[in-house]
This record gives sequence, structure tokens and C-alpha cells, in this order.
Amino acid sequence: MTFKLFNLLVQASVWTIGISAISIVIGFILALGLSAALLSARKLYRRPAEFFISFFRGVPLLVQLLLIYNLLPFIGLNVPSIVAAIVGMSLCTAAYQAENLRGGFESVPKGFIEAADMAGLSPRQIFMRIKAPIALRLTFPALVNEAIMILKSSSLVSVVGIVEITRMAQDLASSTYMPIEIFSSAAIIYLAICWIVAMTGKYVERSLPGAVK
Amino acid sequence: MMFDPNVILRHMPEIMSGTAVTLALWITGMLLGVILGFIIATLRRYGSPLLDVPLGLIVEVLRGTPFLIQIFLVYYGGPFIGISLDPIPCGLLGLSIYAAAYYSEIFRAGYQAVPHGHFEAAECLGLSRLQIIRRILLPEMALIVLPPSVNLAVILLKESAVLSIITVPELTTTVSAIGSQEYAFLEAIFLLALIYWFIVEAAARLGRAAEARLSTYRFAAP
Repeated sequence: MTFKLFNLLVQASVWTIGISAISIVIGFILALGLSAALLSARKLYRRPAEFFISFFRGVPLLVQLLLIYNLLPFIGLNVPSIVAAIVGMSLCTAAYQAENLRGGFESVPKGFIEAADMAGLSPRQIFMRIKAPIALRLTFPALVNEAIMILKSSSLVSVVGIVEITRMAQDLASSTYMPIEIFSSAAIIYLAICWIVAMTGKYVERSLPGAVK
Repeated sequence: MMFDPNVILRHMPEIMSGTAVTLALWITGMLLGVILGFIIATLRRYGSPLLDVPLGLIVEVLRGTPFLIQIFLVYYGGPFIGISLDPIPCGLLGLSIYAAAYYSEIFRAGYQAVPHGHFEAAECLGLSRLQIIRRILLPEMALIVLPPSVNLAVILLKESAVLSIITVPELTTTVSAIGSQEYAFLEAIFLLALIYWFIVEAAARLGRAAEARLSTYRFAAP
């Protein structure tokens, strides 16, 4: 196991981190819409959101990736496999993040909203100043967890041919006959990335208002 | 490309056997994971601190790395240290170890959540050690441990699809093979998604029913 091989794995981690970060962001934006639909009083909005979440939480990510990878060309979208990977991961994490956000919005104390209403805040102000900040604050730890889950799950995009850490490790292992060294190194890189995300998450959480000191 | 339902009927035996392999791997892996996880959590709590540190490290490594990498390490790395396993035993080993790491954390939280006062109260009432474990510790732990365990069970079922990458003849492997054989890959994957969805929903419902049944204990352990 040379430094050069390890370096190749570290370089491939740019793809792991990039795909995960983009998917988390897109997933978060989708989840905002989905959680709004989930909390809606109208079944017309609630049912499709529940259906979407149930499907994407009920099917293995590997199967979702294979489905999207083969579905996009079928409906006439000939996109590179990286796009298929990001679409798949974003939809999957959107479903999980939407459930988290729904829980967060539901845990905003009723009294706060009533008090804001009494103080004469408009529904828009109540949402922007009371509900959204408290819900986002409450769901922040879950968001960090989800980011770590997605980082680990991103190893599955290796099956659609993206040369991130796992795929690079596979290629190197078969060409050098050193699978133990190579896959252990890949594991260490994943551990390091997850650890950095967890530590950053803890640091940010402590600096957020309302943190338990 | 129109879907021909006869394809499914023609390949029903293979689909059934793939489903059987997935279910068998899932249930055995989960049971082994629960047993091993319980042993790890118990050793970490009641064993020597010398044991706690390495066990904690192993659990952290298993929880911080992708399942796929762990599987590759066992499947491709194993033969280099004299452990050559066929895909199915390799998959079962990988799934059990992965499950054990997560279950050990669930049990650790379970141990921590039983209030110390309950043990003291039981001792004052003259219950024996065995009675305390059987009547106080385990029922109260079960209540705390069940919801995350059901969650983990569903995650494990979905992770088992990853074993198709090392050619374990489970559901994903079988159905995608039928797809390429019949030139109907998209339909096959769609069917695959539906089968998983069905099993996951069924498992989640079963878990919720068990939680509802067990929650009668809540009167005793508020």
C-alpha cells in the first residue's frame, strides 16, 4: 500500500463528498415542500406526499438508483450517470428529511404560536419568525445524522459507474491484489469524513441559539 | 417496450426463491445481530473497562463505514487471510456483524434508560437478582428497545439488497437477472421495488402492532 494508492482514494472522495452534499441540499429543499404537504389539512396534498415518502423509505436505495438510472433514458432523458445518481439520492434523502421536518414542525409548542398570534403577528410572520426557526433548530441533529447516512449510502452510486471512493477502491483492489489494504484505507477515509461531519454538526449545534450548554 | 405479465408468471419460481433467500438472510442476520449486539452491550456495561474501549471502537468503525465497504473487505479481503467464504455465508456474516453494531447501541441506550430507583425498589421488596432481571430490567428494556429495533430491522432488510453486488442469489440479483434475460430491465426493477415496498410495509406494520401490544407495560413503567 503506497502513498500514491491512498492518494487516489482521497482524490476520489471529492466525488463522494460532492454527490452527498448536493443531494442533501436538493433533498432539503424538496423536503420543505413535502413536509408542508404532510402538514396540510387537505388530503389532496397530504396523500401524494405520504405516498412518495412511503415509497422512497420502503425501497432499498440500490433499487431506487437502478430504477432511476434505467427510467431516465426510457422517458427520453439521456443524462450522464452522475445526474441519475444525484436524482436518486436526492429523492431518497428528501423522503427521510421530510419526516424529520414534519416532526420538528409538530413539536413547536402550541403556546408559542398562540402567543405570537395574540401579539398581532401575521400568519406569515408566525411562520418565518416562530415556527420555522424552532422547527429547524429542533431538527438540526437529525439533519446531521441524515448527512452521515447519505455519505455512507453514496457508496452505492458506484454501481452506476461513478468513480467515487468505493468504485476507486474496487478498481484498485482488482488491479493491485491488495484488497485488505485498499478497502481498509477506504473505510478509514469514510470514517474520517463522517467524523468531521459529526464534529462540525456538534460545533454548529452548540453555537445555535437555544443550545443546551 | 410493453410489459408482459406472463414474464412474471414464467419466472415465478425464481422470484419466490430470491424472496426466500432475502427473507432468510434478513431474519437470520437480524437474530444473530440481536444476540451479538446484546452480548456486546452487556459486556460494555458490566464487563471490564478494558473491554469497553476496544468494543466501542469496533462499534464506531462499523457504524461509520458503508456496509458495501465492509462486505467487500470480507468477500475480497477474506481469502488473503485464509477466510474464503461463498457469497451467501459471506453476506450473512457481513449482515450479522453490521446489525450487531447497531443493535449494541440500541441495547446500550436500553440499559441506560431503566431508572436505578426501580432496581432499588425491587431489591427492597425482596426480589432475587434473577427476578429483577426477568421482571424489571427486561420488560422495561423491551419497551425502550422495541421502536428503534423495528426501525433497524427495516433498514437491514433494505441493506440486504447490497448483497446482490457480491452475487448473493437474493431478490435483487434474481429479479435483475430476469430483467436482462427478458430484455425488460426497467420493468423488472419496478417489480423489484414493489416487492421490497410490500415486505417493508408489512414488517413496519408488524412492528407497530408489537409496540402497541407491549405498551400495556407502560402502566408499570411510566
